[in-house]
Amino acid sequence: MKILVPIKRVIDANVRVHVKSDGSGVETANIKMAMNPFCEIAVEEAIRIKEAGHASEIIVITIGTSQCQDILRSGLAMGADRAILIETEAELQPLAIAKLLKAIVERQSPQLVILGKQAIDDDNNQTGQMLSALLGWAQGTFASKVVFNDGNVEVTREIDGGLETVSLQLPAIVTTDLRLNEPRYIKLPNIMKAKKKPLDILCPDDLGIDVNSRLKVLSIEQPAKRAAGIKLADVQELMDKLKNEAKVI
Amino acid sequence: MSILVIAEHDQQTIKPSTLHTLTAANLLGDDVKLLVAGSDCQAIATSATKISGVTTVLHADADHYAHQLAEELAPLVTSITDGVSHILAPATTFGKNLLPRVAALLDVAAISDVIKIESSDTFVRPIYAGNALATVQSSDPVKVITVRTTAFEAAAIDGGSATQESVTTSAPAGISTFLGHELTLSERPELTTARIIISGGRGLANADNFKRLEEVADKLGAAIGASRAAVDAGYVPNDYQVGQTGKIVAPDLYIAIGISGAIQHLAGMKDSKVIVAINKDEEAPIFEIADYGLVMDLFDFLPEFSTALDNL
Repeated sequence: MKILVPIKRVIDANVRVHVKSDGSGVETANIKMAMNPFCEIAVEEAIRIKEAGHASEIIVITIGTSQCQDILRSGLAMGADRAILIETEAELQPLAIAKLLKAIVERQSPQLVILGKQAIDDDNNQTGQMLSALLGWAQGTFASKVVFNDGNVEVTREIDGGLETVSLQLPAIVTTDLRLNEPRYIKLPNIMKAKKKPLDILCPDDLGIDVNSRLKVLSIEQPAKRAAGIKLADVQELMDKLKNEAKVI
Repeated sequence: MSILVIAEHDQQTIKPSTLHTLTAANLLGDDVKLLVAGSDCQAIATSATKISGVTTVLHADADHYAHQLAEELAPLVTSITDGVSHILAPATTFGKNLLPRVAALLDVAAISDVIKIESSDTFVRPIYAGNALATVQSSDPVKVITVRTTAFEAAAIDGGSATQESVTTSAPAGISTFLGHELTLSERPELTTARIIISGGRGLANADNFKRLEEVADKLGAAIGASRAAVDAGYVPNDYQVGQTGKIVAPDLYIAIGISGAIQHLAGMKDSKVIVAINKDEEAPIFEIADYGLVMDLFDFLPEFSTALDNL
């Protein structure tokens, strides 16, 4: 069984994001980029599934500029077998991404696609669900546990009230939540090995997919800042403020 | 044209998240249809006709809708989009699971986590964990939107007089099966709808200490939340997490106990009306957004606060 793991290159989770003053976006020049944390969890889960003997090959894929090869190499160094880059300068939205991934799924025939539940840049939380829809596959979103069982995959999902477990017919889509696993650290020899693993480059035209979006970003702005509050001396003063000033208790 | 809202319910009652979504729907148009899909959910559909601002309740009843699986609901939703300009659901795990699937089937974009409606085609949504706000304009024939519930008031559960219609059900997809759930049972209010939340962080140091928040929470009638650090450390279950990737809350009063204030936590609670922070580190970033800060050891604070609440 093959597993396809689509990943995304984003501003590193530890970098504080600054909005450009002209409202065109956020500062990305000379900013540290990294694999989206939820995508790292997806790669890790695929590797664990392969290590448990349920998969034979892991393909990592991303869609973006040629710089995105760095996160593909990270995925290969973690343990993926080969990589695909769909190279484009355009900033694509989830529906276009899902359409490109569908074309790749049709060529590569994986039985399982594992993705992060959301990217920490645009916070959309859409691509996995959209890809499931286009393929007509089952979806196990926000997974905190994935278990293989007789041609099905059982996914425990993090939902608002607690946990829910569903059984999905394969082929299926899984999207990862935070606590599915802890991604491994990449060891230096594996970085060297990753350089020798295959990395294919395609462009959207090769796949015959229209990636135009009907959703236009008009502006990106900084949210209104909360006014700084005051420091209080003791619990008594806090009680007084909550009761008489804020009137919330 | 009408606005279609997908009701989130637990087979017994409509969830408050639906009421907030209806308020957003009413900003987009007067003809608001509410889809109640479930198994044996006639009673919910009937009670939904009384919700203020709903014109028509669409009731779809079938065994395969019992657990609101996206694979089953998405074809149902796409079968009733004639004359619909907008499809809305709450940006809860229910709505986030379902609506992108619906959007892709309709070949349109999905717009996640909308916090403001500028016009019928222009919406504001947070990106980068709320560190930036994007204004987006859609030229799709149908706008598919999840609504951040804290950004819109709840519609009144009475005062309405909607008509009720049965909807032809879709054929079962049969590719996924509900096996079971473990829901966190609590006598306390639900996090996303609570008026007061008391939240704990890594400062509490262990699960036993975390329980000390319960006494204070009960005196306040508050829900209990947690930072990601506290959840990662195993003090409380995952569904306590407030933050970018957990729950987004906006109560009247949010009390942060031993929480430093990581960006991803602030993204989940910074729209609370009044924020109180208790932390022994006076440099903790949480103080930058707190209305009232108290630099104090939380283990000294909790008993004092508890006694003060008794004397209220």
